[in-house]
Amino acid sequence: MIEVRNVSKTFGTQQVLRGVSLDIERGEAVVIIGRSGGGKSILLKHLIGLLQPDSGTVRVDGEDITAMDERNLLRVRRKYGMLFQMAALFDSLTVEENVGFVLRRQGLESEAEIRRRVAEALEMVELPGIGHKMPSELSGGMRKRVGLARAIVYRPEIVLYDEPTTGLDPIAADNIDRLIRRVWETLHVTSIAVTHDMKSARTISNRILMLHEGRIYSEGPTAEILESADPVIHRFVNGISTPQKPN
Amino acid sequence: MPVLLIHRRFQAFTTQLGEIFQLLVESVRSLRYERPSWKDFLNQLHFVGVKSQSVVITTGAATGMVLCAQTFLQFHKVKMDTATGAVVSIGMSSELGPVLAALMLTGRVGAAMTAELGTMKVTEQIDALRALAAHPVDTLVVPRFLALLASAPLLTAESVVVGIVSSWLVGVHLLGIDSAYYLVNMTRYTDPPDVMTGLIKSVVFGAIIAVVSCYKGLNCQGGAEGVGRATTEAVVAASISILITNFFLTLFLARVFYP
Repeated sequence: MIEVRNVSKTFGTQQVLRGVSLDIERGEAVVIIGRSGGGKSILLKHLIGLLQPDSGTVRVDGEDITAMDERNLLRVRRKYGMLFQMAALFDSLTVEENVGFVLRRQGLESEAEIRRRVAEALEMVELPGIGHKMPSELSGGMRKRVGLARAIVYRPEIVLYDEPTTGLDPIAADNIDRLIRRVWETLHVTSIAVTHDMKSARTISNRILMLHEGRIYSEGPTAEILESADPVIHRFVNGISTPQKPN
Repeated sequence: MPVLLIHRRFQAFTTQLGEIFQLLVESVRSLRYERPSWKDFLNQLHFVGVKSQSVVITTGAATGMVLCAQTFLQFHKVKMDTATGAVVSIGMSSELGPVLAALMLTGRVGAAMTAELGTMKVTEQIDALRALAAHPVDTLVVPRFLALLASAPLLTAESVVVGIVSSWLVGVHLLGIDSAYYLVNMTRYTDPPDVMTGLIKSVVFGAIIAVVSCYKGLNCQGGAEGVGRATTEAVVAASISILITNFFLTLFLARVFYP
């Protein structure tokens, strides 16, 4: 479904991605792990065409999206939903308007049908009856759940999650993880998340890719990666900093 | 080294100029792809047109009164007091009205647009919009662009009328110019092309404010500091563009209307 080949990206003098290649099949639940600042979110934004690589290609259902202009990309992006790190809710719109944004823009359904689908999406993320609130009135966890409702209300084929549990307390993070898992299971979407939260990765993925030094260092089934004896993966998964050499 | 610095700055300037022009073209092209949202357009029209009136009226009144007083003080020396109305009317209609209204709009509306879009950019709301298959130009730029195109000439006309009425009040009731001569000379020497010149300029200035402000907002980088920097840059760039464009428009429109 998504094929990434030799994607490189440099910002100023810093090369963030150094020839990343990966494949994601329809219906998979994939998590990309790696150090903070290692380019995970940058890679995720390449998958939806929010960033264009300096070199390499990204194919979605066989179409090379790196060769497309912004208007053609809009067509491809209809296949995607995306939950941003800080939710990125439109702060001038209510929760109801945020979640129903795409449905109203498409104008394919009646207002009553849009309201029904928005209420259904808010129900799915366990936030019924908050449609009238403004994003500024919500907690971090609620904002993420509204962001998730906005990402799935139009039934996309692929849902991207950028650090879905960052900044949340353990209970709110677990809540989000369960929702992501439920969305994957009930809506049969292709789920792609980037995170450095190993508990989250264990819950929401069936395959893990590790991004290290700008490349895909390793990939495999979730359990296999989390129990890997490879020193780089083991240190990352278990949160062990590089051992200090004695002076 | 200074040569290299000048070269880099010139390159950055021409690149920005090209990108601003691209945004203008994209805004016009956008009308072909998608009908602008009436709700967004009316919201912007209210913000730009209705809420800017107090600023524009005050500017017009102050300018008309000062221009009248200064013109009278000079003309009085050569006993041409009654020509004051004509000078104020032509000056307000074709130059001061559109330029000062545009500069006030840049400060009030342009700055707000850049700050709003800049904040959306740094909080990933623009990326969220794109991820939701909405083009930022269609959704954010076009309603603002159209609202400014519609509001700028109306606000300019309002500013000019208020300026002329204020100048009449000052000239006739404070400085003692005969009202009949004041009005006759004003209408005799102010031609429709003078009014047209001001209105055409105001439309161009409205487009400049919209495109420059939106460009700076959409290309904002960094956090709160970046938004502040982008807002300052937008106000400076739009103001300078208006002043430079005004000079060339004056020459061009004079050729068109008075060949």
